[in-house]
Amino acid sequence: MDTSISFKLKVWRQANAHAEGRFETYEMRDIPTDTSFLEMMDILNEQLIEKGEEPVTFDHDCREGICGMCSLYVNGHPHGPATGATTCQLYMRRFKDGDTITVEPWRSAAFPVIKDLMVNRNAFDQIQQAGGYVSFQTGGAQDANAIPISKDAADEAMDSATCIGCGACVAACKNGSAMLFLSAKVSQFALLPQGRAEAKRRVKAMLAKMDELGFGNCTNTGACAAECPKNIKLSNIARLNREFLCAKCSD
Amino acid sequence: MSCRPASRVQTSIKGLFAIGECNFSDHGANRLGASALMQGLADGYFVLPYTIQNYLSDQITVPHFSTDTPEFDAAEKKVQANLDHLMSIHGKRSVDSIHKELGNVMWDYVGMARTKESLETALKKLKELRKEFETNLFIPGTQEGMNVELDKAFRLRDFITMGELIAYDALNRHESCGGHFREEHQTEEGEAKRDDENFFYVACWKYNGDDETAPTLIKEPLHYEAIKVQTRNYKS
Ligand SMILES: Cc1cc2nc3c(=O)[nH]c(=O)nc-3n(C[C@H](O)[C@H](O)[C@H](O)COP(=O)(O)OP(=O)(O)OC[C@H]3O[C@@H](n4cnc5c(N)ncnc54)[C@H](O)[C@@H]3O)c2cc1C
Ligand code: SF4
Ligand code: FES
Repeated sequence: MDTSISFKLKVWRQANAHAEGRFETYEMRDIPTDTSFLEMMDILNEQLIEKGEEPVTFDHDCREGICGMCSLYVNGHPHGPATGATTCQLYMRRFKDGDTITVEPWRSAAFPVIKDLMVNRNAFDQIQQAGGYVSFQTGGAQDANAIPISKDAADEAMDSATCIGCGACVAACKNGSAMLFLSAKVSQFALLPQGRAEAKRRVKAMLAKMDELGFGNCTNTGACAAECPKNIKLSNIARLNREFLCAKCSD
Repeated sequence: MSCRPASRVQTSIKGLFAIGECNFSDHGANRLGASALMQGLADGYFVLPYTIQNYLSDQITVPHFSTDTPEFDAAEKKVQANLDHLMSIHGKRSVDSIHKELGNVMWDYVGMARTKESLETALKKLKELRKEFETNLFIPGTQEGMNVELDKAFRLRDFITMGELIAYDALNRHESCGGHFREEHQTEEGEAKRDDENFFYVACWKYNGDDETAPTLIKEPLHYEAIKVQTRNYKS
Protein backbone atom coordinates (compact mmCIF):
# COMPACT_ATOMS: atom_id res chain seq x y z
CA MET A 1 0.00 0.00 0.00
CA ASP A 2 1.20 3.52 -0.85
CA THR A 3 2.30 5.49 2.18
CA SER A 4 1.55 8.79 0.47
CA ILE A 5 -0.64 9.92 -2.40
CA SER A 6 -0.94 12.89 -4.73
CA PHE A 7 -4.30 14.05 -6.01
CA LYS A 8 -6.40 16.95 -7.31
CA LEU A 9 -8.63 18.69 -4.80
CA LYS A 10 -11.67 20.51 -6.21
CA VAL A 11 -12.91 22.81 -3.47
CA TRP A 12 -15.99 25.04 -3.41
CA ARG A 13 -15.00 28.65 -2.72
CA GLN A 14 -17.62 31.26 -1.91
CA ALA A 15 -16.87 34.61 -0.26
CA ASN A 16 -20.21 34.88 1.57
CA ALA A 17 -23.87 33.86 1.41
CA HIS A 18 -24.65 36.29 -1.40
CA ALA A 19 -21.52 35.91 -3.52
CA GLU A 20 -21.35 33.55 -6.45
CA GLY A 21 -19.39 30.40 -5.68
CA ARG A 22 -16.99 28.41 -7.87
CA PHE A 23 -14.72 25.39 -7.75
CA GLU A 24 -10.99 25.97 -7.30
CA THR A 25 -8.59 23.14 -8.08
CA TYR A 26 -5.52 22.52 -5.95
CA GLU A 27 -2.76 19.98 -6.57
CA MET A 28 -1.96 18.10 -3.39
CA ARG A 29 1.40 16.33 -3.39
CA ASP A 30 2.73 13.49 -1.23
CA ILE A 31 0.04 13.46 1.42
CA PRO A 32 0.63 10.56 3.85
CA THR A 33 -2.30 8.13 3.76
CA ASP A 34 -2.59 8.17 7.55
CA THR A 35 -3.44 11.89 7.39
CA SER A 36 -7.05 12.59 8.34
CA PHE A 37 -9.19 14.43 5.82
CA LEU A 38 -9.28 17.56 7.98
CA GLU A 39 -5.50 17.43 8.55
CA MET A 40 -5.16 17.32 4.77
CA MET A 41 -7.31 20.47 4.62
CA ASP A 42 -5.02 22.02 7.25
CA ILE A 43 -2.00 21.24 5.04
CA LEU A 44 -3.75 22.88 2.09
CA ASN A 45 -4.52 25.95 4.21
CA GLU A 46 -0.96 26.23 5.49
CA GLN A 47 0.23 26.14 1.87
CA LEU A 48 -2.30 28.80 0.84
CA ILE A 49 -1.29 31.10 3.72
CA GLU A 50 2.37 30.62 2.80
CA LYS A 51 1.51 31.91 -0.68
CA GLY A 52 -0.33 34.87 0.86
CA GLU A 53 -3.75 33.52 -0.20
CA GLU A 54 -6.91 33.08 1.84
CA PRO A 55 -7.28 29.62 3.40
CA VAL A 56 -10.40 27.52 2.82
CA THR A 57 -12.95 28.14 5.58
CA PHE A 58 -14.47 24.95 6.99
CA ASP A 59 -16.14 24.00 10.27
CA HIS A 60 -14.57 21.58 12.71
CA ASP A 61 -14.18 21.25 16.44
CA CYS A 62 -13.69 17.94 18.29
CA ARG A 63 -12.18 15.98 15.38
CA GLU A 64 -13.31 12.76 17.02
CA GLY A 65 -16.85 12.32 15.75
CA ILE A 66 -18.79 13.76 18.66
CA CYS A 67 -19.57 17.42 17.97
CA GLY A 68 -21.10 17.32 14.48
CA MET A 69 -19.29 20.38 13.15
CA CYS A 70 -17.30 18.93 10.21
CA SER A 71 -19.97 19.43 7.58
CA LEU A 72 -18.13 18.59 4.35
CA TYR A 73 -19.68 16.99 1.29
CA VAL A 74 -16.90 14.80 -0.12
CA ASN A 75 -17.23 13.15 -3.56
CA GLY A 76 -21.00 13.46 -3.47
CA HIS A 77 -21.50 12.12 0.06
CA PRO A 78 -22.03 14.09 3.25
CA HIS A 79 -19.05 13.13 5.45
CA GLY A 80 -17.46 11.36 2.47
CA PRO A 81 -17.41 7.75 1.35
CA ALA A 82 -17.03 6.04 4.75
CA THR A 83 -20.21 4.78 6.43
CA GLY A 84 -20.96 5.38 10.11
CA ALA A 85 -18.23 8.03 10.28
CA THR A 86 -17.92 11.80 10.22
CA THR A 87 -15.57 13.77 7.94
CA CYS A 88 -13.09 14.14 10.79
CA GLN A 89 -12.98 10.33 11.07
CA LEU A 90 -12.21 9.96 7.37
CA TYR A 91 -8.60 9.16 6.44
CA MET A 92 -6.71 9.68 3.21
CA ARG A 93 -6.12 5.92 2.87
CA ARG A 94 -9.69 5.85 1.51
CA PHE A 95 -8.42 7.59 -1.63
CA LYS A 96 -6.06 6.60 -4.42
CA ASP A 97 -3.05 8.24 -6.00
CA GLY A 98 -4.17 10.37 -8.96
CA ASP A 99 -7.77 10.76 -7.68
CA THR A 100 -9.79 13.93 -8.06
CA ILE A 101 -11.53 14.69 -4.75
CA THR A 102 -14.46 17.11 -4.75
CA VAL A 103 -15.33 19.00 -1.57
CA GLU A 104 -18.54 21.00 -1.23
CA PRO A 105 -20.54 22.56 1.60
CA TRP A 106 -23.91 21.17 2.77
CA ARG A 107 -26.34 22.40 0.14
CA SER A 108 -29.76 23.14 1.57
CA ALA A 109 -32.00 26.20 1.67
CA ALA A 110 -32.17 26.01 5.47
CA PHE A 111 -28.34 25.97 5.80
CA PRO A 112 -27.03 29.08 4.00
CA VAL A 113 -23.31 29.18 3.18
CA ILE A 114 -21.35 31.50 5.48
CA LYS A 115 -18.09 31.14 3.61
CA ASP A 116 -16.54 28.43 1.42
CA LEU A 117 -17.45 25.12 3.11
CA MET A 118 -18.90 26.62 6.29
CA VAL A 119 -22.70 26.75 6.51
CA ASN A 120 -25.05 28.21 9.10
CA ARG A 121 -26.80 25.35 10.91
CA ASN A 122 -28.49 27.64 13.40
CA ALA A 123 -31.86 26.30 12.19
CA PHE A 124 -31.09 23.07 14.09
CA ASP A 125 -30.51 25.07 17.28
CA GLN A 126 -33.86 26.75 16.79
CA ILE A 127 -35.61 23.39 16.40
CA GLN A 128 -33.93 22.19 19.58
CA GLN A 129 -34.94 25.33 21.44
CA ALA A 130 -38.54 24.75 20.38
CA GLY A 131 -38.74 21.54 22.42
CA GLY A 132 -35.58 19.44 22.57
CA TYR A 133 -35.34 19.47 26.34
CA VAL A 134 -37.12 18.32 29.50
CA SER A 135 -38.28 20.66 32.27
CA PHE A 136 -38.14 19.68 35.90
CA GLN A 137 -37.90 21.12 39.37
CA THR A 138 -34.44 21.67 40.74
CA GLY A 139 -33.73 21.26 44.43
CA GLY A 140 -34.41 17.94 46.13
CA ALA A 141 -33.05 14.82 44.48
CA GLN A 142 -35.40 12.15 43.08
CA ASP A 143 -34.99 8.57 44.18
CA ALA A 144 -32.92 7.12 41.35
CA ASN A 145 -34.92 3.87 41.02
CA ALA A 146 -38.43 5.24 41.57
CA ILE A 147 -39.46 4.65 37.94
CA PRO A 148 -38.14 1.45 36.32
CA ILE A 149 -37.15 1.73 32.64
CA SER A 150 -36.88 -1.35 30.44
CA LYS A 151 -33.53 -2.19 28.92
CA ASP A 152 -35.03 -2.06 25.40
CA ALA A 153 -36.38 1.46 25.93
CA ALA A 154 -33.13 2.64 27.49
CA ASP A 155 -31.12 1.21 24.58
CA GLU A 156 -33.40 2.72 21.92
CA ALA A 157 -33.37 6.10 23.65
CA MET A 158 -29.59 5.97 23.89
CA ASP A 159 -29.29 5.07 20.19
CA SER A 160 -31.41 8.04 19.14
CA ALA A 161 -29.53 10.30 21.55
CA THR A 162 -26.31 9.62 19.62
CA CYS A 163 -27.46 12.06 16.90
CA ILE A 164 -24.80 14.77 16.85
CA GLY A 165 -26.89 17.32 14.95
CA CYS A 166 -24.45 17.44 12.04
CA GLY A 167 -27.07 18.01 9.34
CA ALA A 168 -25.84 15.30 6.95
CA CYS A 169 -29.39 13.96 6.78
CA VAL A 170 -30.63 17.31 5.46
CA ALA A 171 -27.73 17.61 3.03
CA ALA A 172 -28.35 14.09 1.69
CA CYS A 173 -32.11 14.54 1.30
CA LYS A 174 -33.47 15.55 -2.12
CA ASN A 175 -36.20 17.47 -0.26
CA GLY A 176 -33.86 19.07 2.27
CA SER A 177 -35.93 17.53 5.06
CA ALA A 178 -34.76 17.49 8.68
CA MET A 179 -37.03 14.56 9.66
CA LEU A 180 -34.25 12.15 10.70
CA PHE A 181 -32.64 14.72 13.00
CA LEU A 182 -36.00 15.74 14.43
CA SER A 183 -37.14 12.17 14.93
CA ALA A 184 -33.96 11.32 16.81
CA LYS A 185 -34.40 14.31 19.09
CA VAL A 186 -38.08 13.53 19.71
CA SER A 187 -37.43 9.79 20.21
CA GLN A 188 -34.72 10.16 22.82
CA PHE A 189 -37.30 11.76 25.11
CA ALA A 190 -40.47 9.99 23.92
CA LEU A 191 -39.02 6.64 24.95
CA LEU A 192 -38.32 7.65 28.53
CA PRO A 193 -40.74 8.54 31.35
CA GLN A 194 -38.91 11.82 31.97
CA GLY A 195 -39.84 12.92 28.45
CA ARG A 196 -43.47 11.83 28.46
CA ALA A 197 -44.80 14.79 30.47
CA GLU A 198 -44.07 17.25 27.68
CA ALA A 199 -44.23 14.78 24.78
CA LYS A 200 -47.27 16.24 23.02
CA ARG A 201 -46.20 19.82 23.26
CA ARG A 202 -42.65 18.91 22.23
CA VAL A 203 -43.46 17.08 19.01
CA LYS A 204 -45.87 19.74 17.81
CA ALA A 205 -43.56 22.63 18.63
CA MET A 206 -40.50 21.06 17.03
CA LEU A 207 -42.34 20.07 13.86
CA ALA A 208 -43.90 23.52 13.53
CA LYS A 209 -40.46 25.09 13.91
CA MET A 210 -38.98 22.78 11.27
CA ASP A 211 -41.69 23.74 8.77
CA GLU A 212 -41.28 27.42 9.55
CA LEU A 213 -37.51 27.31 8.89
CA GLY A 214 -37.83 26.09 5.33
CA PHE A 215 -36.89 22.41 5.58
CA GLY A 216 -38.60 20.17 3.03
CA ASN A 217 -41.11 17.36 3.56
CA CYS A 218 -40.21 13.72 4.02
CA THR A 219 -40.95 11.29 1.18
CA ASN A 220 -39.44 8.24 2.93
CA THR A 221 -36.54 8.01 0.49
CA GLY A 222 -34.11 6.95 3.21
CA ALA A 223 -31.01 8.79 1.93
CA CYS A 224 -30.74 10.39 5.38
CA ALA A 225 -30.37 7.10 7.24
CA ALA A 226 -27.96 5.77 4.60
CA GLU A 227 -25.66 8.76 5.05
CA CYS A 228 -26.06 9.43 8.79
CA PRO A 229 -22.66 9.10 10.49
CA LYS A 230 -24.33 7.85 13.66
CA ASN A 231 -26.55 5.26 11.93
CA ILE A 232 -29.76 6.83 13.23
CA LYS A 233 -32.53 4.48 12.16
CA LEU A 234 -35.35 5.38 9.78
CA SER A 235 -37.82 3.80 12.25
CA ASN A 236 -37.40 6.95 14.37
CA ILE A 237 -39.34 8.82 11.68
CA ALA A 238 -42.22 6.35 12.08
CA ARG A 239 -42.14 7.00 15.83
CA LEU A 240 -42.14 10.74 15.22
CA ASN A 241 -45.19 10.47 12.95
CA ARG A 242 -47.00 8.35 15.52
CA GLU A 243 -46.14 10.80 18.31
CA PHE A 244 -47.42 13.67 16.18
CA LEU A 245 -50.66 11.92 15.22
CA CYS A 246 -51.39 11.02 18.85
CA ALA A 247 -50.66 14.58 19.96
CA LYS A 248 -52.93 16.02 17.25
CA CYS A 249 -55.76 13.57 17.96
CA SER A 250 -55.84 14.52 21.61
CA ASP A 251 -55.99 18.26 20.84
CA MET B 1 -11.42 37.58 39.36
CA SER B 2 -11.96 35.05 42.05
CA CYS B 3 -14.78 32.80 43.11
CA ARG B 4 -15.13 31.04 46.45
CA PRO B 5 -17.94 28.75 47.58
CA ALA B 6 -18.64 31.19 50.42
CA SER B 7 -19.50 33.81 47.81
CA ARG B 8 -22.42 31.63 46.63
CA VAL B 9 -20.68 30.96 43.30
CA GLN B 10 -20.74 34.65 42.49
CA THR B 11 -17.35 35.91 41.31
CA SER B 12 -15.66 39.07 42.52
CA ILE B 13 -17.45 40.73 39.59
CA LYS B 14 -20.96 41.36 40.90
CA GLY B 15 -23.62 39.52 38.95
CA LEU B 16 -21.12 37.23 37.23
CA PHE B 17 -21.72 33.70 38.47
CA ALA B 18 -19.27 30.88 37.84
CA ILE B 19 -20.77 27.40 37.80
CA GLY B 20 -19.64 24.06 36.47
CA GLU B 21 -16.21 23.55 35.01
CA CYS B 22 -15.12 27.19 35.20
CA ASN B 23 -15.72 27.25 38.98
CA PHE B 24 -12.95 25.55 40.83
CA SER B 25 -14.74 25.22 44.17
CA ASP B 26 -14.76 21.42 43.98
CA HIS B 27 -11.26 21.39 42.64
CA GLY B 28 -9.41 18.23 43.36
CA ALA B 29 -12.66 16.30 43.34
CA ASN B 30 -13.34 17.56 39.83
CA ARG B 31 -11.51 15.35 37.34
CA LEU B 32 -9.00 13.86 39.73
CA GLY B 33 -10.84 10.61 40.24
CA ALA B 34 -14.36 12.04 40.56
CA SER B 35 -16.80 13.42 38.04
CA ALA B 36 -16.66 16.81 36.37
CA LEU B 37 -20.13 16.38 34.94
CA MET B 38 -21.43 15.83 38.46
CA GLN B 39 -20.10 19.23 39.44
CA GLY B 40 -22.06 20.87 36.63
CA LEU B 41 -25.17 18.99 37.69
CA ALA B 42 -24.69 19.74 41.39
CA ASP B 43 -24.19 23.45 40.71
CA GLY B 44 -27.20 23.57 38.41
CA TYR B 45 -29.60 21.47 40.50
CA PHE B 46 -28.69 22.30 44.04
CA VAL B 47 -26.55 25.42 44.29
CA LEU B 48 -27.80 27.97 41.78
CA PRO B 49 -31.51 27.70 42.69
CA TYR B 50 -30.57 28.91 46.16
CA THR B 51 -28.03 31.55 45.24
CA ILE B 52 -28.78 33.26 41.95
CA GLN B 53 -32.37 34.06 42.94
CA ASN B 54 -31.13 36.31 45.75
CA TYR B 55 -29.18 38.27 43.22
CA LEU B 56 -31.92 38.30 40.59
CA SER B 57 -34.69 39.32 43.00
CA ASP B 58 -33.70 42.98 43.08
CA GLN B 59 -32.50 43.11 39.47
CA ILE B 60 -36.03 43.79 38.31
CA THR B 61 -35.58 47.41 39.36
CA VAL B 62 -32.33 47.84 37.41
CA PRO B 63 -32.86 49.53 34.05
CA HIS B 64 -31.36 48.12 30.83
CA PHE B 65 -27.78 49.11 30.24
CA SER B 66 -27.10 51.51 27.44
CA THR B 67 -24.10 51.13 25.14
CA ASP B 68 -24.02 54.91 24.97
CA THR B 69 -21.37 55.26 27.66
CA PRO B 70 -17.73 56.33 27.69
CA GLU B 71 -16.81 52.88 29.10
CA PHE B 72 -18.42 51.13 26.15
CA ASP B 73 -16.74 53.48 23.69
CA ALA B 74 -13.34 52.89 25.29
CA ALA B 75 -13.80 49.10 25.20
CA GLU B 76 -14.93 49.21 21.58
CA LYS B 77 -11.96 51.37 20.60
CA LYS B 78 -9.59 48.96 22.30
CA VAL B 79 -11.01 45.94 20.46
CA GLN B 80 -10.88 47.81 17.15
CA ALA B 81 -7.25 48.82 17.78
CA ASN B 82 -6.41 45.17 18.50
CA LEU B 83 -8.05 44.08 15.27
CA ASP B 84 -6.27 46.74 13.26
CA HIS B 85 -2.96 45.79 14.82
CA LEU B 86 -3.32 42.07 14.05
CA MET B 87 -4.32 42.75 10.44
CA SER B 88 -1.43 45.16 9.94
CA ILE B 89 1.44 42.93 11.10
CA HIS B 90 1.83 41.35 7.64
CA GLY B 91 4.48 38.93 8.81
CA LYS B 92 5.33 35.46 7.56
CA ARG B 93 3.91 33.01 10.11
CA SER B 94 0.43 31.47 10.20
CA VAL B 95 -1.55 31.36 13.46
CA ASP B 96 -1.36 27.56 13.43
CA SER B 97 2.42 27.45 13.12
CA ILE B 98 2.84 29.69 16.19
CA HIS B 99 0.15 27.73 18.02
CA LYS B 100 2.03 24.48 17.38
CA GLU B 101 5.24 26.04 18.64
CA LEU B 102 3.41 27.09 21.81
CA GLY B 103 2.22 23.51 22.22
CA ASN B 104 5.77 22.22 21.90
CA VAL B 105 7.11 24.66 24.50
CA MET B 106 4.37 23.67 26.95
CA TRP B 107 4.88 19.97 26.29
CA ASP B 108 8.67 20.05 26.55
CA TYR B 109 9.12 22.42 29.51
CA VAL B 110 5.82 22.76 31.38
CA GLY B 111 4.65 19.14 31.23
CA MET B 112 3.46 17.17 34.21
CA ALA B 113 7.07 16.78 35.43
CA ARG B 114 8.70 20.19 35.59
CA THR B 115 11.81 21.71 37.16
CA LYS B 116 12.96 25.21 38.04
CA GLU B 117 15.24 25.17 34.99
CA SER B 118 12.60 23.90 32.57
CA LEU B 119 10.09 26.50 33.77
CA GLU B 120 12.57 29.34 33.46
CA THR B 121 13.41 28.17 29.95
CA ALA B 122 9.70 28.06 29.15
CA LEU B 123 9.13 31.62 30.37
CA LYS B 124 11.99 32.83 28.19
CA LYS B 125 10.69 30.95 25.16
CA LEU B 126 7.14 32.17 25.73
CA LYS B 127 8.32 35.78 25.78
CA GLU B 128 10.07 35.20 22.46
CA LEU B 129 6.97 33.52 21.11
CA ARG B 130 4.79 36.49 22.06
CA LYS B 131 7.23 38.74 20.24
CA GLU B 132 7.05 36.47 17.19
CA PHE B 133 3.25 36.64 17.37
CA GLU B 134 3.20 40.43 17.66
CA THR B 135 5.72 41.05 14.88
CA ASN B 136 5.71 38.15 12.43
CA LEU B 137 2.08 36.98 12.23
CA PHE B 138 0.22 36.89 8.92
CA ILE B 139 -3.57 37.11 8.76
CA PRO B 140 -4.89 36.78 5.22
CA GLY B 141 -8.19 38.35 4.13
CA THR B 142 -9.96 41.25 5.76
CA GLN B 143 -11.73 42.16 8.98
CA GLU B 144 -15.13 42.09 7.25
CA GLY B 145 -17.22 38.92 7.32
CA MET B 146 -15.95 35.55 8.47
CA ASN B 147 -12.19 35.37 9.00
CA VAL B 148 -11.23 32.21 10.84
CA GLU B 149 -7.52 33.15 10.99
CA LEU B 150 -8.34 36.41 12.76
CA ASP B 151 -10.61 34.57 15.18
CA LYS B 152 -7.85 32.04 15.95
CA ALA B 153 -5.28 34.82 16.41
CA PHE B 154 -7.33 36.37 19.22
CA ARG B 155 -7.49 33.02 20.98
CA LEU B 156 -3.83 32.25 20.42
CA ARG B 157 -2.83 35.47 22.12
CA ASP B 158 -4.85 34.38 25.14
CA PHE B 159 -3.30 30.90 24.98
CA ILE B 160 0.21 32.40 25.14
CA THR B 161 -0.80 34.44 28.19
CA MET B 162 -2.41 31.34 29.71
CA GLY B 163 0.71 29.26 29.04
CA GLU B 164 2.84 31.90 30.72
CA LEU B 165 0.49 31.98 33.70
CA ILE B 166 0.78 28.21 34.12
CA ALA B 167 4.57 28.49 33.99
CA TYR B 168 4.69 31.38 36.51
CA ASP B 169 2.48 29.45 38.90
CA ALA B 170 4.42 26.20 38.53
CA LEU B 171 7.71 28.03 39.10
CA ASN B 172 6.38 29.64 42.24
CA ARG B 173 5.02 26.44 43.76
CA HIS B 174 8.04 24.74 45.29
CA GLU B 175 6.26 21.47 46.03
CA SER B 176 4.56 18.69 44.11
CA CYS B 177 0.79 18.34 44.34
CA GLY B 178 -1.99 16.93 42.14
CA GLY B 179 -1.07 17.25 38.47
CA HIS B 180 1.90 19.49 39.32
CA PHE B 181 5.07 17.43 39.76
CA ARG B 182 8.22 19.40 40.52
CA GLU B 183 11.03 16.91 40.08
CA GLU B 184 12.96 18.60 42.90
CA HIS B 185 10.14 17.72 45.30
CA GLN B 186 9.55 13.99 45.42
CA THR B 187 9.76 11.22 47.96
CA GLU B 188 12.38 8.51 47.77
CA GLU B 189 9.83 6.37 45.96
CA GLY B 190 9.24 9.04 43.33
CA GLU B 191 5.85 10.15 44.67
CA ALA B 192 4.70 13.78 44.86
CA LYS B 193 5.92 15.56 48.00
CA ARG B 194 3.64 18.35 49.25
CA ASP B 195 4.70 21.23 51.42
CA ASP B 196 1.53 22.20 53.27
CA GLU B 197 3.36 24.53 55.59
CA ASN B 198 4.24 26.93 52.79
CA PHE B 199 1.85 26.18 49.96
CA PHE B 200 -1.51 25.44 51.53
CA TYR B 201 -3.30 28.01 49.42
CA VAL B 202 -4.97 28.55 46.06
CA ALA B 203 -2.88 30.84 43.89
CA CYS B 204 -4.64 33.73 42.15
CA TRP B 205 -2.59 35.84 39.78
CA LYS B 206 -3.40 39.48 39.26
CA TYR B 207 -2.47 40.99 35.93
CA ASN B 208 -0.87 44.40 36.04
CA GLY B 209 -2.09 46.13 32.96
CA ASP B 210 -0.22 44.33 30.21
CA ASP B 211 1.07 40.85 29.41
CA GLU B 212 4.72 41.87 29.50
CA THR B 213 4.73 42.61 33.23
CA ALA B 214 4.77 39.57 35.50
CA PRO B 215 1.49 39.10 37.38
CA THR B 216 1.41 39.34 41.17
CA LEU B 217 0.40 36.50 43.44
CA ILE B 218 -2.65 36.65 45.67
CA LYS B 219 -2.97 33.75 48.09
CA GLU B 220 -6.39 32.40 48.92
CA PRO B 221 -6.05 30.20 52.00
CA LEU B 222 -7.74 26.78 52.13
CA HIS B 223 -10.08 25.88 54.99
CA TYR B 224 -11.37 22.37 55.49
CA GLU B 225 -13.99 21.80 58.15
CA ALA B 226 -15.21 18.26 57.67
CA ILE B 227 -12.11 16.45 56.48
CA LYS B 228 -8.52 16.09 57.60
CA VAL B 229 -6.07 16.82 54.81
CA GLN B 230 -3.92 13.79 54.07
CA THR B 231 -1.50 12.51 51.48
CA ARG B 232 -3.17 10.33 48.88
CA ASN B 233 -1.88 6.83 49.21
CA TYR B 234 -2.48 4.19 46.56
CA LYS B 235 -0.65 1.47 48.42
CA SER B 236 -2.63 0.67 51.54
C1 LIG C 1 -13.26 15.22 25.72
C2 LIG C 1 -13.83 15.41 27.10
C3 LIG C 1 -14.28 14.29 27.81
C4 LIG C 1 -14.80 14.44 29.09
N1 LIG C 1 -15.24 13.34 29.74
C5 LIG C 1 -15.81 13.47 30.96
C6 LIG C 1 -16.35 12.33 31.64
O1 LIG C 1 -16.33 11.20 31.14
N2 LIG C 1 -16.90 12.49 32.87
C7 LIG C 1 -16.96 13.72 33.45
O2 LIG C 1 -17.48 13.83 34.53
N3 LIG C 1 -16.45 14.82 32.83
C8 LIG C 1 -15.89 14.74 31.60
N4 LIG C 1 -15.39 15.85 30.97
C9 LIG C 1 -15.51 17.15 31.63
C10 LIG C 1 -16.94 17.66 31.55
O3 LIG C 1 -17.48 17.32 30.29
C11 LIG C 1 -16.96 19.19 31.70
O4 LIG C 1 -16.35 19.53 32.92
C12 LIG C 1 -18.40 19.71 31.72
O5 LIG C 1 -19.08 19.31 30.57
C13 LIG C 1 -18.40 21.22 31.80
O6 LIG C 1 -19.73 21.67 31.80
P1 LIG C 1 -20.05 23.21 31.97
O7 LIG C 1 -21.52 23.35 31.80
O8 LIG C 1 -19.42 23.71 33.20
O9 LIG C 1 -19.26 23.92 30.78
P2 LIG C 1 -19.44 23.71 29.18
O10 LIG C 1 -20.20 22.47 28.88
O11 LIG C 1 -18.08 23.89 28.63
O12 LIG C 1 -20.39 24.92 28.84
C14 LIG C 1 -19.93 26.23 28.65
C15 LIG C 1 -20.89 26.86 27.68
O13 LIG C 1 -20.64 28.26 27.58
C16 LIG C 1 -20.77 28.64 26.23
N5 LIG C 1 -20.03 29.90 26.04
C17 LIG C 1 -18.69 30.10 26.05
N6 LIG C 1 -18.43 31.39 25.85
C18 LIG C 1 -19.60 32.02 25.73
C19 LIG C 1 -19.98 33.39 25.50
N7 LIG C 1 -19.10 34.35 25.38
N8 LIG C 1 -21.29 33.68 25.42
C20 LIG C 1 -22.23 32.70 25.57
N9 LIG C 1 -21.93 31.40 25.77
C21 LIG C 1 -20.63 31.07 25.85
C22 LIG C 1 -20.20 27.47 25.46
O14 LIG C 1 -20.66 27.47 24.12
C23 LIG C 1 -20.73 26.29 26.25
O15 LIG C 1 -22.00 25.87 25.82
C24 LIG C 1 -14.87 15.74 29.68
C25 LIG C 1 -14.43 16.84 28.96
C26 LIG C 1 -13.91 16.69 27.69
C27 LIG C 1 -13.43 17.91 26.93
S1 SF4 D 1 -29.67 12.20 12.31
FE1 SF4 D 1 -27.59 11.60 11.75
S2 SF4 D 1 -27.14 12.86 9.93
FE2 SF4 D 1 -28.92 13.79 10.93
S3 SF4 D 1 -28.06 15.36 12.29
FE3 SF4 D 1 -28.29 13.48 13.52
S4 SF4 D 1 -26.29 12.47 13.34
FE4 SF4 D 1 -26.35 13.99 11.70
S1 FES E 1 -15.14 17.73 14.09
FE1 FES E 1 -16.49 17.06 15.69
S2 FES E 1 -17.63 15.50 14.68
FE2 FES E 1 -16.13 16.02 13.22
